[in-house]
Amino acid sequence: MSITHDEIKKIAHLARIKITEEEADATLKKLSGILNLIEDMKKVDTTNIAPMSHAQAVTQRLREDVVTEKNQREKLQKIAPEVSKGLYIVPQVIE
Amino acid sequence: MSWEVVIGIETHVQLQTKTKIFSGASTEFGAEPNTQACLLSVAFPGTLPVLNDEVVQCAIKFGLATNAEIASRSIFARKNYFYPDLPKGYQISQYEIPIVGKGSLEIEVGDIKKRVRITRAHLEEDAGKSLHGVVKNGTGIDLNRAGTPLLEIVSEPDMSSAAEAVAYAKKLHELVRWIGICDGNMQEGSFRCDINVSVKPKGSDKLGTRREIKNLNSFKFIEQAIHYETQWQIEMLEEGKIIQQATVLFNPETAETRAMRSKEEANDYRYFPDPDLLPLEIPDEKISEIKAAMIELPHLMKARLERDYQLSPYDASGITSDKAVADYFFATLKEGAEPKQIANWILGQLFSKLNEHNLSIEDSPIKPQVLSLLLKRIQDATISNNSAKQLFEKLWMSPSLEIDALIEIEGLKQVSDSGLIEKMIDEVLKNNQAMVDEYRSGKEKAFNALVGQIMKASKGKANPGQVNDLLKKKLS
Repeated sequence: MSITHDEIKKIAHLARIKITEEEADATLKKLSGILNLIEDMKKVDTTNIAPMSHAQAVTQRLREDVVTEKNQREKLQKIAPEVSKGLYIVPQVIE
Repeated sequence: MSWEVVIGIETHVQLQTKTKIFSGASTEFGAEPNTQACLLSVAFPGTLPVLNDEVVQCAIKFGLATNAEIASRSIFARKNYFYPDLPKGYQISQYEIPIVGKGSLEIEVGDIKKRVRITRAHLEEDAGKSLHGVVKNGTGIDLNRAGTPLLEIVSEPDMSSAAEAVAYAKKLHELVRWIGICDGNMQEGSFRCDINVSVKPKGSDKLGTRREIKNLNSFKFIEQAIHYETQWQIEMLEEGKIIQQATVLFNPETAETRAMRSKEEANDYRYFPDPDLLPLEIPDEKISEIKAAMIELPHLMKARLERDYQLSPYDASGITSDKAVADYFFATLKEGAEPKQIANWILGQLFSKLNEHNLSIEDSPIKPQVLSLLLKRIQDATISNNSAKQLFEKLWMSPSLEIDALIEIEGLKQVSDSGLIEKMIDEVLKNNQAMVDEYRSGKEKAFNALVGQIMKASKGKANPGQVNDLLKKKLS
């Protein structure tokens, strides 16, 4: 399994992480190492083994449908960079 | 060349719960911005999602109502994308193993029935809202809606006309309201559809390239959007052009669809199982419990109304179009009125009044007890159908259980005294010799004209059945 320099840059873009060409090269090496390890693991015969989605053999606990959260707007908006009329303000998004 | 249209629908149904899917914040509509955005809704680091039991029950109900497979084990996944109204940077959804699997829904277009297959239905959280134009050079974010539970219902591309697509959307809308998992309020966005449309040469096995019309929140828009989109695609193909897969928006003002600015990585969501949420296991007992407590489904009730009460399919559909209408019907029936007559009055008189005043049946000033009393007075021939309609108008303005007193006061009591009716008939016959002659010369219409004259002479109070019988005797 190999990964290309361009793929590294695409992944970085999707994750909104700015990386330099040098960093991309360094990341390429590290990620290739991980992918090679996975390639090795893929050699294990997993026929008849259900894919695992979670490391623990426990299941989801459910919560009763009761309102427990109170309005904390004031507190939360105190630490926001910009607010107006109760809204969080972010740089303009053009549809 | 002649073309065939192929339509599949994805519907986002907002589940009717008190709290969000993964937190105890309220989901009530219309609150001040961000007053229902808790730590989890704003994606505060360190917070963890905890699944709402009611959400799971809603999904199970839907699965049962569409005869679908309900997964004994399903998985939540992260759908990754960046947008300011999604502060976590991912939406929690279900991907590989949804809670509800294959099912189906029967639709009717005219007299034709068709089964639309449902591919799957999965749980997910809604995003917040972006508000433009609140401040200069900025976008306002309201996260009250973030985390609202949604059930996304995906159909197979089984519909082949706008009419079928609308019938499916309406049927689904009726069903989710009926089983009480969604309030169905389309204006508030509780029920919204994404419509996938493609066209192909008639008879061809190969599907055309589809375009997805996003976020339609009215049946009228669904119809208009499909008509426009289909026409557009056919024109493109006939001009020899190629259709690109795209997401399009519908503009209600112009009734046109237009492609959105294409995002290069639009579909690169990099789904993976959410490590914050454990697999959801649903024991069989839970499903049986919910099944046992579920109300009769509309199609079963419809069949029962036709079978046990001899309602026409049309009337039975009307009564079972809404749970509240069915409740009203049965409440009136319990008071002793006659089923066919009740259905007629609900779907006729009552519906037109409710529409006129923009009221739902729960808010009708005329309650089932009152309607039942009124209908019983038609049945026992105390008043005529027409008088009942007049009385209905009065009762609408000032509801009262004193129907009999009202009949007296308004002087609407029907005349069933045959002596009296005969006198009126004689009078009318004497004054309308020309009509009598016409009837005798074979013009059936003249009979009805005479009945009309007699009814008029009685000021509408003569028992029409008796008038008919007696007049026939007199003229024979």
